[in-house]
Amino acid sequence: MTETVAILVSMILAAAPLLFAALGELITEKSGVLNLGVEGMMLAGAVTGFAVTASGHDPWLGVIAAAAAGAAVAAIFGVLTLLLLANQVATGLALTMFGIGLSALVGKPFVGIPLEKLPALPIPLLGRIPFFGPLLFQHDGMIYLAVLLTLGVHLFLTRTRAGLIVRAVGENHDAAHALGYPVRLIRFGCVLFGGALAGLGGAYLSLAYTPMWAQNMTAGRGWIALALVVFATWKPWRVLAGALLFGGFTMAQLHAQGLGLAVPPEFLAMLPYLATMLVLVAISRDATRIRLNAPACIGKLFHPDD
Amino acid sequence: MNDKDRTALEGVTPRLCLKGITKQFPGCRANDGVDLSLLPGEIHALLGENGAGKSTLVKIIYGILHADEGEMLWEGKAVSVDNPAAARALGIGMVFQHFSLFDSLTVAENIALGLDRPGRMAALPARIVEVSERYGLPLDPARPVHNLSVGERQRVEIVRSLLGEPRLLIMDEPTSVLTPQEVERLFVTLRQLAAEGRTILYISHKLEEIRALCDRATVLRGGRVAASCDPRVTSARDMAEMMIGSELTTPDRRAETLAEGEALLQVSGLFTTSDDPFATNIKGASLSVRAGEIVGIAGVAGNGQTELLSALSGEVPLPKPEMVSICGTPAGHLGPRARRRLGLAFVPEERLGRGAVPDMTLADNALLSGYGSGGLVRRGLVRFGRTKRHADRIIERFGVAARGHGSQARSLSGGNLQKFIIGREIMQKPRLLIVAQPTWGVDAGAAAAIHQALIDMARNGAAVLVISQDLDELFALSDRIAVIHGGRLSEAVPAADSSIERIGLLMGGVFDNGKTEADHAPA
Amino acid sequence: MLRLEARPTPSTAALLLSPVLAIALTLLTGMALFAVLGFDPVKTVAAYFIKPLDSAYGLSELAVKATPLLLCAIGLALGFRANIWNIGAEGQLIMGAVAGSGVALFLRPEHGAAWVLPAMFAAGALGGMAWASIPAVLKLRFNASEILTSLMLTYVADLFLRWLVNGPWRDPDGYNFPQSPMFEPDAIIPPLLEGTRLGFGAVLALAVALGGWFLLSRTFLGFQIKVIGLTAAAAGYAGFNSARITWMSLLLSGGLAGIAGLNEVAGPIGQLTPFVSPGYGFTAIIVAFLGRLHPFGILLASLMLALTYLGGEAAQISLGLPVAVTSVFQGLLLFFLLACEVLIRYRLRPQRAASRRESRG
Repeated sequence: MTETVAILVSMILAAAPLLFAALGELITEKSGVLNLGVEGMMLAGAVTGFAVTASGHDPWLGVIAAAAAGAAVAAIFGVLTLLLLANQVATGLALTMFGIGLSALVGKPFVGIPLEKLPALPIPLLGRIPFFGPLLFQHDGMIYLAVLLTLGVHLFLTRTRAGLIVRAVGENHDAAHALGYPVRLIRFGCVLFGGALAGLGGAYLSLAYTPMWAQNMTAGRGWIALALVVFATWKPWRVLAGALLFGGFTMAQLHAQGLGLAVPPEFLAMLPYLATMLVLVAISRDATRIRLNAPACIGKLFHPDD
Repeated sequence: MNDKDRTALEGVTPRLCLKGITKQFPGCRANDGVDLSLLPGEIHALLGENGAGKSTLVKIIYGILHADEGEMLWEGKAVSVDNPAAARALGIGMVFQHFSLFDSLTVAENIALGLDRPGRMAALPARIVEVSERYGLPLDPARPVHNLSVGERQRVEIVRSLLGEPRLLIMDEPTSVLTPQEVERLFVTLRQLAAEGRTILYISHKLEEIRALCDRATVLRGGRVAASCDPRVTSARDMAEMMIGSELTTPDRRAETLAEGEALLQVSGLFTTSDDPFATNIKGASLSVRAGEIVGIAGVAGNGQTELLSALSGEVPLPKPEMVSICGTPAGHLGPRARRRLGLAFVPEERLGRGAVPDMTLADNALLSGYGSGGLVRRGLVRFGRTKRHADRIIERFGVAARGHGSQARSLSGGNLQKFIIGREIMQKPRLLIVAQPTWGVDAGAAAAIHQALIDMARNGAAVLVISQDLDELFALSDRIAVIHGGRLSEAVPAADSSIERIGLLMGGVFDNGKTEADHAPA
Repeated sequence: MLRLEARPTPSTAALLLSPVLAIALTLLTGMALFAVLGFDPVKTVAAYFIKPLDSAYGLSELAVKATPLLLCAIGLALGFRANIWNIGAEGQLIMGAVAGSGVALFLRPEHGAAWVLPAMFAAGALGGMAWASIPAVLKLRFNASEILTSLMLTYVADLFLRWLVNGPWRDPDGYNFPQSPMFEPDAIIPPLLEGTRLGFGAVLALAVALGGWFLLSRTFLGFQIKVIGLTAAAAGYAGFNSARITWMSLLLSGGLAGIAGLNEVAGPIGQLTPFVSPGYGFTAIIVAFLGRLHPFGILLASLMLALTYLGGEAAQISLGLPVAVTSVFQGLLLFFLLACEVLIRYRLRPQRAASRRESRG
């Protein structure tokens, strides 16, 4: 693998957890729910995936368990905000703190245990193309899954009736309710989906990216994923592009050292966070654009009898 | 339908027959032993004041609510309508007063979401075009709804209902958002539907319209059937008295206007901009309101009234101070606090959620706009005793039915909250009072009190500006009337020199000699 | 089946009891958690919640731990009331500690020692305020969500701190440990009571709580904050200056967090290390909610959550309970509190058969 390809591949790998989490949050937000607990859900997935795999099972079973864990944690959020009408911001924060704590607790026995990376699945023929082969077609299964999910989410929202209903619920939940759609059930489904995908993102970190478990290993990626959804103005393909961009920033740390820049490592580590802020500012200042693309009912309370 | 047809139909099974419908809510009996009989092919009016029970009755027919007692016969057979889907399956359609539309989606997508059996998505646009053209309600299936005017949005709702092939179509206050010309077009459509043998149940409180359109009318009052009549041969005054149950009192208008006072509001060349892509910006409006006069601005919702009020109130600052002058002082750059100091008071269209904080008490709400005067705030501290007494005074003077200054704003009825808000503003003794939709959704008694309060203000030398969709209200109150359409303001003409038809044309964008807005637009 | 029915007025009983109910539910769940982890539930609860309080020293430690929570939470609560979500109090706390440490390390007291501590407190406040001013500017000028910006800045602050104690501010005599030199004695907050670590910070925290109560309930500024948070459009109607309130609440919460940070390094710790705070800035959010965003409630809540920290440490030493249990407790507490809050605005009613059909569609 040449130098350039290696750098680009590392960007793709760094982008994957962000992509999973952001796609999930995109669906959640499209239905009108703001779930700030992405960090907690990712950690739940990371620890579960690692725990299951390290206990001797197939890594793909770990991946499925991770998705289930993310969804389970998201279900708590769903019950609190959709059924018990709790404040979405506060509940999302609670979910993050709870997720950090619970994953640290569950993951304690697994700290420091080595694990084999998720095996690569090179695609026959395509994988042999010079340059593009190693760049695109020699990854592990989860990378392909992430791209397929991007396509899937896009088609779901634009071509299916179910996707239309989800968009309607996020746009005007009172009208959707008046038309007879079960708003809270639809939102709950989208919240679970978001949780499952966040769990997958976490699993990618602990099973493929750096196959290990450490407390709080997501290091803010969940929050970056939230900013990513806004940056992408809630469009799946833009989420993919944004994830790659952020993957690049995360990688800058390693590659800058390789390039011999004399910047203290701590400052390089700040790059993804500063970049997130910059990007958020750039997209938020166009208030008109945000108004046009954001689901109109996001974060608003819905009670059928009110 | 005429008398000949009617006698021919004697002995025909009614399409819908309600017997003894009763519905009790905690604290009020919304429907009390209501009987109603609707024939095929007739347009039947359901009349009544706000709060008389019309909405409840219709929700029972459509399956949203359930009657406590009574029975319903559909085409002769007893039925129980469990929910709106069941109603639609029977052949009952309903067009609500408040639309269930999704702004960012297209017409076709909106209609698809409202159909029980949507069929193939690809075939829907053709069906929409076919139905909409057949009934004179042209629609483009691919347009996003946020681009449509209010009248066009209503067409989406109607076409959605018609695609379900209803045999009974219920229309709930359909004309409150239409210009007089659009109302005529709607009537043509409804007559066409009735001629096909469908039944129309037409809910309204607009008496002249009912007289023009409907074959029979049932009047509800206090949850009971107060009277039935034939609107074509009954006078509007008689129907109004059936609705209210007593002699009609018209507000006490001044016969002649005071001598020209100074202009307390001067608007020149007002232009607004907005971040909101769906806003209707004001394009070069000019207006003056003098001391002692009431000026009305007529217009269908969505033509810039919200943007105009925000520009006049100071909630949205303007680039040039001279665009809005209050009592002679350029005020365009000032916020509401400073404009109130100049003598402005204003009542927005949204009561709970802008004019009042729903979860706060009436005492706290009195502070919301009153903090600048009356010594309610001193050296940064709130004087609670004074504030509560002030709220009590408002409640007493304006007859607000509330359990004292400690009641939460959300617990008041619409009419009472509006009386409180208008009373709060009047108690500040403003020189200029601007009110938007003063009696929307308010019962007749409160509406009359509010109208009298506005007239009294003008009589005492204040300048009053009323923005409203209700032409009857504007003609009853105003000395001069202007029309707002697409963000443009017409000249304000004396009410005596104008008529509902003329104003209606202006509301539809037809400015002098039949030329439309578009003809006048700069190239 | 039960359903929720809106109450005509909020229930005062539920308002006061919901925190109590939440605490009770958390304790029950905690006991179940202990059992699952293989510890005796009753003994562990005792070690966690009761043992730390059975000595005067234990009570003073409770106050020591409650101080930063109280300081941060009062500022945060004022912001939350106005719908300003400052999630980055932890970062502001760190920067306050950094700024104050800078004064302690580099302003040698040749001119007299008395002003060193006040200067440190002022520096702490300014450091926190400066850090909080960044999300304020970004929100007001660019409409960027203060939740994300203040949070990103927390990560940045943490990395900045690590750079300082690993690099330029590292103690040359410190055996290469990442820590600053110990502060001079006059740059350390003296204890108020002999034998405890309780210092001036606690008194300040109480004063701040009192001030916060006065601000919120008696002043016109407090009224404006409430209106902005409840109904933004009504605040616009009233002509309140939302931008000014945004600045004020972010600077205030930042400044208070900064003081809390300074209080930690100049008091209990005595030097600048990478572990200035075990997440006080985040826990303060829970304190604010548990206290129902009311200063007196926050006072009680800060004591409660300080107990979870104390208990976590004590149970780890005496029983070997993992420290991570503390964050689980704190998360659970917030969950249960949010769940119980629904009872304030709604009541539970059995769903009548007829009314189950009485739904749209």
